[in-house]
Amino acid sequence: MGILKKKTPREPQRLPTGTFTVDAQGHVVSSTVPQAVPPEVVQEIGEAVVSVFQGARKANVAFSEMTAQYATFKITAREMRGGAIIFLTTKAPRISIS
Amino acid sequence: MPKQHKILLLDDDEQLLELYQELLQQLPSQPEVRVCNSGARAIALLESEPFTLLITDLRMPKMDGLQVLAIVRRKYPYLRIIVLTGVLDEEYRSRAYALGVDMFWQKPSSTEEFTLFKDCIESLLDRDIAHETGFRGMQNKSLVDLIQLEALSQSSAVLLISQGGVSGKIWVEGGEIIDAAAATFTGEEAFKVILSWKGGNFEILPAEANRPRTIHKSAQGLLLDSAQALDEWRGQQAGAPAGSTTTILNLAPSNMSLAPLARFEGVEFLVTMPVDEKAGCESWGIENAHDVAEWARTAQKRLWQLGEKLGAGELTQVSGSGWQRHWALTADDKKGLLCAGFRRTLPTEKVEQTMKHIFAKWVS
Repeated sequence: MGILKKKTPREPQRLPTGTFTVDAQGHVVSSTVPQAVPPEVVQEIGEAVVSVFQGARKANVAFSEMTAQYATFKITAREMRGGAIIFLTTKAPRISIS
Repeated sequence: MPKQHKILLLDDDEQLLELYQELLQQLPSQPEVRVCNSGARAIALLESEPFTLLITDLRMPKMDGLQVLAIVRRKYPYLRIIVLTGVLDEEYRSRAYALGVDMFWQKPSSTEEFTLFKDCIESLLDRDIAHETGFRGMQNKSLVDLIQLEALSQSSAVLLISQGGVSGKIWVEGGEIIDAAAATFTGEEAFKVILSWKGGNFEILPAEANRPRTIHKSAQGLLLDSAQALDEWRGQQAGAPAGSTTTILNLAPSNMSLAPLARFEGVEFLVTMPVDEKAGCESWGIENAHDVAEWARTAQKRLWQLGEKLGAGELTQVSGSGWQRHWALTADDKKGLLCAGFRRTLPTEKVEQTMKHIFAKWVS
């Protein structure tokens, strides 16, 4: 009988929380997001936010603040001289009862 | 000590700039004279430091003088402006004055003309425009006043009225309002839409010959009808229960597909994009709908993909606010994407709530 290795369930990836700033290219300048969050995840959020701000400027709908609401997550960002300050918060999902 | 005046000279001719700079620096008031050779550079200079007077040519590459005037007059109502052009064209002259310039000069070609020109500059610099009241761009007149003035003077012109990203036109011929256009509306409906705007900018453009007549009511009759409709709407607003979704003035014809959605409080524009990207978009109240649609699709896709990667759940709404307006973006798997713009004064919570109502109505 072989030794059975007990498989421990893998912890699902946590949603990042915290605040960080990015420059106009989406590169992270400063951050309070825990180091356990892969830096590429934070980078990707920053790049997505900056691209939304820049695209809006080109389309002549320029704005200074934006919020992206997901079922369990919220990204709030404020444009700052081409870059942005980004706030990440989690929220409990709404469960619909039918 | 009297303040030193600052003059900005704009012309694409470098030699002319040098010549006039030297001439103007010899004026008795000894103004500081700066030069630039492009409209974009002029606007950048005006933004960075205060000037007393702008002297601009009209015919320039890329951004012509009239475009510069349109931007500059709106942003700097107290800036004195002189057009100095080599081309004498009545249409340019009337458009320049309609844009609010102080003087329109053909480039002097003799010593006497130069002397006269310098005298005019000096007298213009001496005027204290900041304390003058009245009709520079008629900023202190309501739209009703403007239309009544045009009617009384029995003139012919085209009134171009803009509010934020939307503009409308009213055609006046011999003091009678003959046509109007705003967003997707024409005729009397467009006139009422324009009258419902609380503020904005206007220009008086030269009359258009042979414009077909679609409005047959008198100016006074149109104004009375619009005033009555606005009063009724205000009465509805006053009596509406708190927190309810109220309707704006029902100025949109009922056969316009987005008109029912535009009746929600505070809506300034709507753009809907079907799931099939090749199908184009529908819009209400916005001129650059395709640019907005393209941006909205890209933004929605990017943020949705981000959510998928993060495992954040469904992307329920994207919203934002700027100095001009709020906006919100939301998607349905079958219907597509809906982007709405709201007036700036609407509270953020109201924007989210109203967007949910609009979305619910759109998908139903």
